[in-house]
Amino acid sequence: MIKAILIFNNHGKPRLSKFYEHYSEDTEQQIIRETFHLVSKRDENVCNFLEGGMLIGGSENKLIYRHYATLYFVFCVDSSESELGILDLIQVFVETLDKCFENVCELDLIFHVDKVHNILAEMVMGGMVLETNMNEIITQVDAQNKMEKSEVRL
Amino acid sequence: MALKIVKGSIDRMFDKNLQDLVRGIRNHKEDEAKYISTCIDEIKQELKQDNIAVKSNAVCKLTYLQMLGYDVSWAAFNIVEVMSSSKFTYKRIGYLAASQCFHESTDVIMLTTNQIRKDLSSPNQYDTGVALTGLSCFVTPDLARDLANDIMTLMSHTKPYIRKKAVLIMYKVFLKYPESLRPAFPRMKEKLEDPDPGVQSAAVNVICELARRNPKNYLSLAPLFFKLMTSSTNNWVLIKIIKLFGALTPLEPRLGKKLIEPLTNLIHSTSAMSLLYECVNTVIAVLISLSSGMPNHSASIQLCVQKLRILIEDSDQNLKYLGLLAMSKILKTHPKSVQSHKDLILQCLDDKDESIRLRALDLLYGMVSKKNLMEIVKKLMLHVDKAEGTTYRDELLTKIIDICSQSNYQYITNFEWYISILVELTRLEGTRHGHLIASQMLDVAIRVKAIRAFAVAQMATLLDNAHLLTGNTQHSGICEVLYAAAWICGEFSEHLEDPMATLEAMLRPKVATLPGHIQAVYVQNAAKLFSTVLCGQEGAPADSKVAQETSQLLIDRLPVFVQSDNLEVQERASCILQLVKYIQKLQQKDVEVAEEVTALFAGELNPVAPKAQKKVPVPEGLDLDAWINEPPSGSESEDEGRKTKGKAVFAREESRHTKPRYTEVDEKELAMRREVRKAEQANNPFYIKASPSSQKVYQEAVGVEHIPVVQIDLSVPLKVPGMPMSDQYVKLEEERREKNKADRKKKDKKKRREKGRQRRGDSGPESEEDITPAHMVDIVTEEMPENALPSDDDDKDPNDPHKALNIDLDKPLADSEKKLPVRTHRPDEVLKSPIEDAEGLEVTSEPKKKSGKEKDKERKKGKEKKKKKHKQEEGEDLMEAGSEEPVQSKVTNDVAAQPPASTPEASDLDFWLSNAPVPSDPQEAAAVTDAPPASTPDAASGVAAVVPDSEPEETKSSKHKKKKQKKEKDKKKKHHHHHHSDGAREESVQNGTVEDEEPLPPMSNYAMLAENSYIKMVCDIQGNLHDGSQVVVSVIFENKCDSFIKSMEFNVMDSLNSKLQRPEGAGPHDSLTVPFHLPPGISSEARFIFSVQSIVMPQKLKGTLTFIVKTEDSSTHEKLDFKLHFTCTSYLITTPCYSDAYAKLLESGDLKGSSLKLEGINQPFHHLLARICFHHHFSVVERIDSCASMYSRSIQGHHVCLLVKTADQTVSIDAKCDEPGLLRNVLDEIKLTFSQC
Repeated sequence: MIKAILIFNNHGKPRLSKFYEHYSEDTEQQIIRETFHLVSKRDENVCNFLEGGMLIGGSENKLIYRHYATLYFVFCVDSSESELGILDLIQVFVETLDKCFENVCELDLIFHVDKVHNILAEMVMGGMVLETNMNEIITQVDAQNKMEKSEVRL
Repeated sequence: MALKIVKGSIDRMFDKNLQDLVRGIRNHKEDEAKYISTCIDEIKQELKQDNIAVKSNAVCKLTYLQMLGYDVSWAAFNIVEVMSSSKFTYKRIGYLAASQCFHESTDVIMLTTNQIRKDLSSPNQYDTGVALTGLSCFVTPDLARDLANDIMTLMSHTKPYIRKKAVLIMYKVFLKYPESLRPAFPRMKEKLEDPDPGVQSAAVNVICELARRNPKNYLSLAPLFFKLMTSSTNNWVLIKIIKLFGALTPLEPRLGKKLIEPLTNLIHSTSAMSLLYECVNTVIAVLISLSSGMPNHSASIQLCVQKLRILIEDSDQNLKYLGLLAMSKILKTHPKSVQSHKDLILQCLDDKDESIRLRALDLLYGMVSKKNLMEIVKKLMLHVDKAEGTTYRDELLTKIIDICSQSNYQYITNFEWYISILVELTRLEGTRHGHLIASQMLDVAIRVKAIRAFAVAQMATLLDNAHLLTGNTQHSGICEVLYAAAWICGEFSEHLEDPMATLEAMLRPKVATLPGHIQAVYVQNAAKLFSTVLCGQEGAPADSKVAQETSQLLIDRLPVFVQSDNLEVQERASCILQLVKYIQKLQQKDVEVAEEVTALFAGELNPVAPKAQKKVPVPEGLDLDAWINEPPSGSESEDEGRKTKGKAVFAREESRHTKPRYTEVDEKELAMRREVRKAEQANNPFYIKASPSSQKVYQEAVGVEHIPVVQIDLSVPLKVPGMPMSDQYVKLEEERREKNKADRKKKDKKKRREKGRQRRGDSGPESEEDITPAHMVDIVTEEMPENALPSDDDDKDPNDPHKALNIDLDKPLADSEKKLPVRTHRPDEVLKSPIEDAEGLEVTSEPKKKSGKEKDKERKKGKEKKKKKHKQEEGEDLMEAGSEEPVQSKVTNDVAAQPPASTPEASDLDFWLSNAPVPSDPQEAAAVTDAPPASTPDAASGVAAVVPDSEPEETKSSKHKKKKQKKEKDKKKKHHHHHHSDGAREESVQNGTVEDEEPLPPMSNYAMLAENSYIKMVCDIQGNLHDGSQVVVSVIFENKCDSFIKSMEFNVMDSLNSKLQRPEGAGPHDSLTVPFHLPPGISSEARFIFSVQSIVMPQKLKGTLTFIVKTEDSSTHEKLDFKLHFTCTSYLITTPCYSDAYAKLLESGDLKGSSLKLEGINQPFHHLLARICFHHHFSVVERIDSCASMYSRSIQGHHVCLLVKTADQTVSIDAKCDEPGLLRNVLDEIKLTFSQC
């Protein structure tokens, strides 16, 4: 199970947070801060796994992250997920964003967090991986965007 | 109307949208909070408008603000409004907002049920999809119950997009509404073979997630997953399945054997590292579940270790990390294979990546030996000095302590070195683990008597330099070591060189700044030191001045503590102060007081095992929940107080260093706390107990003369400036070893000269055993209460939501279960036979093939015992359909009466698993399956379940053919229902619960077989569940002498009725070789299979065990005769039975009765029942007060029913069985059991 998916920038500003278990808003912010603290102090060429912070399950959970330019993509998962598999999934996620936003950058995420959520919803649902095929994800996202546009025209 | 719309859209133009909000926040960096609060006010206005577009825009902005940490739950109702918009655009915004901020206690959720149901059935697949996605985040038990049926329908939707989402969300539904699992499961299983890979992957995902928590319920899916594993090419699916197998193998060793080959192939063939890694992981799990050290598996271990080494050597840090992680799993069972890569792991300790260093540290734990411990710890100490950041340093510290203290200090050869290491560790600044170091110091000082003198000297130095530890960092945990230091110096003060100086150090004014619990220990131990000083001084009467000075010192310094704000310190200090004042008075009158003062602290404190208190059995007749005095009504707080107290006495975790809190408390609470504290003190091994009698007991028990006296090598100065002391020990140790080695070589040379020839290889690296400890140490083991309960109850979280999902999924569905039950109709508590279920299932599974009438006819025919073949098969089908073994429907009864070979008793799973290559030799098979010696009914039944593997092949192959044919047929029928009666396991659960509730005296199934001065044999005899003519005898051989026993041969004189099964080609009198040797003191188990014909009478077989006893210079041939006693009980197999089936069985009138009276039985009824269950393989069907009905079945299908009643010491057993001879003998055996106890 995936417990949470967080995206924040190099300064710890959250760009997307998706918790698959309920926490209060305050706790969520603390988790984001704690995770940022854990992840940001790591060097560039160290491994991408580390034990979860105390707030989100401690050592039972793992943080698996990737750092792209100004953004950290962090998945907090339990032992049923494959570490390398999740790393691939993050890659798929980022590539999908890249396709949908055409050369994605932090600004896209800042201003269109709702769209990012919609893309993520086609990949992960309720903490479980729904789809890993990028083309399938993009097809579904596009189809929904088309629907939205046709509604606006009406 | 039109105007209104226009007005709305104009309004919108002036509204901020999400982008404007974000931009605004970015432009107001200085007063962000203020800006956002004005935005929220705007949003509140927008939400009040009727226009849904405006509302949804507002909700969209709220979702963003929620991410920034603002509570938006006040808008929950508006979110619901937006969710129910007919436009997809708004609906999606609504559901997104709901998924981000709704949770179980959001009350408007209950308003959404109908809206969600509408969306789920929307013709637009994206409406449905959005609803499912949202629901997956906020599903509540109520929603799950109300929508489960709708979602189940969606699992068969035409669009794969919906199907996969519906499948995935079912997991959440199961969690919230466990009753839905059984009805939905068949469909979930179907989805494993869905044509769409996405749906398939989702189903695998869900089942893996379920199976991970309750693996045994999913064992029967193993064949299906195996098929998927060998056919799927989707790496995600493969990874999940392989992970699942990793969870299943510990439950079924045969599965592991079957997996090894395909997994090995995958390891060789795959290019995906993620898949390779998971394969290696699962192979490791398989190897762990199989018996270790099997020669044919060493190749697999080698392969794994080799692949992992490649991962660890990879430049990719991720692979390195995972390689180390997997290596640590191998370490647990195959430490040798990992130890050869020590170089690599030590190298990883220097890695720049902290995660990798931590993993390498984990591995080090298993790599130490007596030989390299000092070296490794030295290396770690260097890292401690270098480490930046306290977390890693703390981790290093705990690891050092873990490594050194593991398995009762097994690897420490020199405790002086260890104490010095601990002392060095105290110099770490800002560590959180002071208490850990402290408890190690205490533990070593208490348990290793030989080290006390040294430890005391070190602790005295610590106390003297306490200011270095506390220094400026008052709050650092390191001052905890002073707690240990003070206690050790006080308790073992006889070893102090200068007790006066230490006493002075302990009473310095600065001590008053330490935490209260440490001060308390200081005060108490100052008193102990005082008594020692008195002792020392009064021995030399010339100088009573010093003694008086000491008293004066205490009288001067203690008042500081008397004024302490800590109650404990205050109480102790004032007590001791008064005591000293009194002593001073006596001293001034020249009265000798030393002896009496010493008596205050006489006696030794022994270490107590951490769980000892927990294991004290509750005395019989003591009901902890009963009131001692009826409480005055309505005093709940007292109730709580009492509960805590009860806990403190019987189950409380020992807490040695409780920090008193300084909160204001009322008197009642104070009194309560005092009670708790008293209980705690009674608990605390370091608290001096009041009752002198118990101390005396200790004194006598330990015996002072047994304490080994050690000459401390004073060539080591206690303090060496500049160099850490532990290094000196390392050096010394090396020298010592060199010297020992040289000595040994000399001796060897002498020997060689004397004897002429010697084995080669002596000059190689010294082995573990060669390293002798620097001095003999006596590590005192921890004390346990005399009659401690052996069971180690696991500490599982009772709140785990997955507990509710531990549901048997193989049982066929009942009619009532076809539809999801409504919550109010929870399943009945009473166990019901699934017989109706079986019929119900048949109606639905084959409705197109047969009409109901036809079926009835067939059943009638079945009753008439038709012998036509295909009819018989029908019967078998029926049997399979309702396969929960104990079903006593008439049809199955008839089938059971057929010769056992034709009954499909072994389940599909067994069949599938037994396809694995079967070792031809029964003993070998027994050794392969290698269950631990069965001493509980659970394990015993495990053996019974495993043994079919060892059937001789001939009988098997014919059986297999039949089954194969049948299976193919089943497949054609698309008969998807897998029914794997897991009788053995279920029964163990039943009996297990009986035992869990009421503690029983320990019982063992193993009966003494024979014994002489060399060897002891105990055996357990069990019927084979799967073959009515087989009995399995498990014999444990124990080597009692101190020589090596080998070439054991086991032989039995066959009788006409019972024969030992020998391998093919062996003669009827040949003996069987026991497949292992026995080193001194070792015991091991072998299994032998006997075939029996009649089981009505008990049997006795004469047998002989021959073996060779090998001592260093000679070997003798020895033999031991024994008599194997096959009781009728051993032909019975614990089989659960439902009460309604039981009643039918008794009504049928086929059974003949007999009865038995036992007198003078004064054990509790549940013990009596447990004994019958345990020793005679019965299960309890029903129990009402002092009356119970019990059931068991023989391996040849005889039913045995008992009605046990008890009334004042008399137990009457009425019994019924379809075979009177068998019954008589079983009753005789029961009688015997109770006459023996």
